[in-house]
Amino acid sequence: MASPLTSVRAWVDERFHLDEFKTLAQKKKVPIHRYSYWYFLGGMTLFLFGVQILTGALLLLYYRPGADEAFESVQLIMTQVQFGWLIRSVHSWSANLLVFMVFAHMFSVLFLKSYRKPRELTWVSGMLLLFLMLGFGFSGYLLPWNTLSYFATKVGTEIPAQIPIIGHPTLLFLRGGEEITGSTLTRLFGFHVAILPAIATLLIVVHVALIQYFGMSVPPRIETEWQANPAARREIRFFPNFVLRELMAWYVALGLLGALAALFPWSLGVKADPFGSAPAGIKPEWYFLFMFQTLKLIPAKILGMDGEMLGILAFGVIGAAALLLPFLDREKPFNTRHWISGFACVFLGYMVAMTVYGWVAK
Amino acid sequence: MNRYRQLRECSRSVVMVVVAWLFCVGTLVSAQTKNSCLDCHSNLPEPLGVSVETYSQNIHAAKGLTCAACHGGDASNDDPEKAMSRAAGWKGKIERKQIPELCASCHSDAERMKKYNPGLRVDQFQQYKTSVHGMKWAKGDTRVAVCTDCHGVHDLRAPSDPRSNVHPTNIATTCSRCHADAEYMKPYGIGTDQFTNYEQSVHHDAMVVRGDLSAPTCTTCHGNHGATPPGVANVTNVCSNCHVFQAQLFQTSPHKDAFAAMGFPGCVTCHSNHAIKHPTDEMVGTGAQAVCIRCHAEGDAGFAQARAMHDQLENLQSAFSASEEILGRAERQGMEVSQPMLQQAQAKDALLKARVTVHAFSDSELKRDTDAGLAVTRQTHIAGEQALEEWKFRQVGLGLSLFMIALTLVGLGFYIRNLERK
Repeated sequence: MASPLTSVRAWVDERFHLDEFKTLAQKKKVPIHRYSYWYFLGGMTLFLFGVQILTGALLLLYYRPGADEAFESVQLIMTQVQFGWLIRSVHSWSANLLVFMVFAHMFSVLFLKSYRKPRELTWVSGMLLLFLMLGFGFSGYLLPWNTLSYFATKVGTEIPAQIPIIGHPTLLFLRGGEEITGSTLTRLFGFHVAILPAIATLLIVVHVALIQYFGMSVPPRIETEWQANPAARREIRFFPNFVLRELMAWYVALGLLGALAALFPWSLGVKADPFGSAPAGIKPEWYFLFMFQTLKLIPAKILGMDGEMLGILAFGVIGAAALLLPFLDREKPFNTRHWISGFACVFLGYMVAMTVYGWVAK
Repeated sequence: MNRYRQLRECSRSVVMVVVAWLFCVGTLVSAQTKNSCLDCHSNLPEPLGVSVETYSQNIHAAKGLTCAACHGGDASNDDPEKAMSRAAGWKGKIERKQIPELCASCHSDAERMKKYNPGLRVDQFQQYKTSVHGMKWAKGDTRVAVCTDCHGVHDLRAPSDPRSNVHPTNIATTCSRCHADAEYMKPYGIGTDQFTNYEQSVHHDAMVVRGDLSAPTCTTCHGNHGATPPGVANVTNVCSNCHVFQAQLFQTSPHKDAFAAMGFPGCVTCHSNHAIKHPTDEMVGTGAQAVCIRCHAEGDAGFAQARAMHDQLENLQSAFSASEEILGRAERQGMEVSQPMLQQAQAKDALLKARVTVHAFSDSELKRDTDAGLAVTRQTHIAGEQALEEWKFRQVGLGLSLFMIALTLVGLGFYIRNLERK
């Protein structure tokens, strides 16, 4: 007499041929070397994105977008809704960890040269996902409609307005008008819960499919070592060996999120007052701080041109170069690979230094 | 045709610019009235000397008046003999006894004052004559204050100028120049500790330390040009100009008639006059700092009522502080307590209202306010307790969750090890 579980499995297997998937997963191998732990960052990012989807969906049950209701509804979630505080705090902490993890994943891929042929499109889809995550952060920040988020969004939307020609239309597009109002809130809410998730989900499917198609990349140095000594080549099965390890990392992340949410619940702040004055030393979220601080320090005029506009254009060029990085990595007419690593190192140092400076600066 | 029109437009513009320039120059020349007195007096030592800088800051000079407006003579004449000739109406030094009337010759002339400041009152001299200063001056006492003693002479500035002697922040110091001088005040037989007392008062604190120009200074209670002590019967009327509710409650209280019968000067009886300290709840009741025990003794009804009133205030204050403390603790631990914090403002309002209601000297009336406040603090305290309970629950929940996660991780670790051994 078969158990109910076995019967259900047999029923599903009969229709969907699960064994084929299982065989495929077991066939997939993950290379093991001294840099293998960086492989976990992608999975961790995916896990945090899943947490965001789940907690975001739960928050949607009570959140009401609108200048008159948003703050009160988040207050209700934090005080009246059973475990509402946990869901909201996990959502906020997870959002920050997610952005951190996306950057860590991007830099690990960059330094391990995993973007090289044939994985160019995997990199491009990953970079687009990084930009989307920053978009999630920016659009979600205003949703509690508190003083800090209101004025940070005001400053944040003023920055693209410096770009010639498209600046002002961009500001109008982001704000839904000249000022930050309820229209901005509903607009950013729409981006945050519908448009960005739809694009992100599509890109994640493409990104993961490309990873499955090409397999895990082995860093060039390891590849050379393995070619010289084939006996040193080591691999483990993706399923269950690697997946179980990844599961352990996810559990650690879950514990960390729970601890952060319980020990440092995400503050609600004070309701935004559009007629009030901006709090002193207003700053954006930490992941925008390096850009914010740069634009603060940049001289008003550089070679007769607007300094802030040049700064924005420079970040735009760096963003575009990062997106197209695999196509800039070439051996002829001269080898750019070391230059890319060097520049990435300097830029990472600059990001960290400017973020710390922006954090401590008044 | 177009060129002709352009030329015509251009020449018209040039003419307009020239006319405008001539107009400006003409206006400036006519506005600068000649004042030859300063040619010599700016180089003379005190008391005849008046520096150009001092004079330029004088409000009369700013309005285009010259020395001749008070001293007579012809300031437009460069010849000192002619400028200071009796024929030209020169008066020389103005005697103290003449000063009020001299000032009044302009400042009581509504028609003339309209030209300079239509909003300025013109009854200062009339008021002065009703003041203690004015009445003594009328009797020939030239030691009492006249206009220039307070307003200054050659450096006379508008009262709104912070450097003016009669700017609200400087009035007390100006009055103290005479009223704190024991030697000078000796003939009048009045105390000289008013300024020292005022410096310790809540009113001085508000005016000088906090810069609140609406806070009371000497003239607020005594009047300025008509300066006179309010008198026993009128003290309440003076205080009620600002402390409206306290005065209204006092008027309906049993103390009104009792104080009048005993000749007590209303508010001053408990709060003092110049040394008005920040009132505390300890002022009410039967403790060592209570003012009630100055009249009420153990066993009388007032004594019992004073004690009851103090207890009510103390209960509300304690309950308010306890709620503040527990909510503050919850907030520091990251709990969302902004709503009960907001409710605390209602309790604070009730406490403030109760402190005003004290002036009805009725424990039943006071109880109404303190009960309203206590009802709020009960709710906020419960909210604080619940927040702390919730915080404890979260810590326990976190501990259990982390334990379960750690257990799962250990299990997974063993499972992987076994899997890879095979």
